Amino acid sequence: MGVISHFKKFFGKLFKKKNACIGIYGPPNAGKTTLANRIVKDWKDDDSEPVGSVSHIAHETRKAQRHHKLEIESKGSKICLDIVDTPGLATKIDFHDFMKEGMGEKESKQRSKEATEGVIESVKWLDDLDGVILVMDATENPYTQVNVTVIGNMEARKLPLLIVANKVDLPEADPEAIKEAFPQHPFIGISALEGTNMDAFYEAIAKQFG
Amino acid sequence: MSEIQLDLVSDAKLSGMGSTEKVRYIIDEVRKGKILVLEKGLNPLDEAKLIEMTMSEIHDDFYGLEIESYPRDESGTTFLGKLLKKDTGRQKLTVIGPANQLKTLRKDNSLISTLVSTK
Repeated sequence: MGVISHFKKFFGKLFKKKNACIGIYGPPNAGKTTLANRIVKDWKDDDSEPVGSVSHIAHETRKAQRHHKLEIESKGSKICLDIVDTPGLATKIDFHDFMKEGMGEKESKQRSKEATEGVIESVKWLDDLDGVILVMDATENPYTQVNVTVIGNMEARKLPLLIVANKVDLPEADPEAIKEAFPQHPFIGISALEGTNMDAFYEAIAKQFG
Repeated sequence: MSEIQLDLVSDAKLSGMGSTEKVRYIIDEVRKGKILVLEKGLNPLDEAKLIEMTMSEIHDDFYGLEIESYPRDESGTTFLGKLLKKDTGRQKLTVIGPANQLKTLRKDNSLISTLVSTK
């Protein structure tokens, strides 16, 4: 692709991004669906259904859920986003892990199969997004391969990325470790479950994707 | 005594392959029970493809991969490279193995510590 077409694409993104499509990514159990539900609850006028159900068992979200045309306002600026809650990314899925959570073998194998399909769908979505909110569990080591891969893909595609350290309400949370691990990207610490620091989160969204 | 094969894969070997060929090679070798150490790792798009293809192969006796690499160093990307979207960020050493044999004990910006076990 030539330099001129890059400039056109750049300025096109700058001035025509009326309805950007943003994916919520992250490892399983980072709180992606809890965050998606929180965003929808905060910005939908009607009594919308939650984007998806949440569970302590990994891979609860096994199909991407798209929520259209959410208008988010922050400090006088308004942006319209499509939010896609993606299934948790993983490099391994062992059905025995679901059995340890009390599921039967047949159900565990079925969940495992659906989870692999969900991961494939998440990877495919990377080609159709205008930006990514990468959700990390602030109580976990941030240097997971999933985080490294998602960040690398956004950098390679030159797409905006916002890193979210979720679960900052938990005593063992260490959001600063996430900030230190990936200092080149904008970062915000929140609790999607408790609604902590959500104003700053929406401000960061408007700044990064608006 | 059980033995595990460890292959140190040079950048020259992988850079001579296309994206799909590279990913196919890695999955095939890992499914044989080998641990691979890639001299310069994969680019992010290949990493995504590796995850996608791995998922399509997961079955009762194959749970997927353990893969660990360091975050890429974007400081190696020049302004012109960024302008032309050249993927010049430095790729890093990567270790890949079967998920049921390779376990990451600790990982940070400068150290990847893993445990390799027999099946």
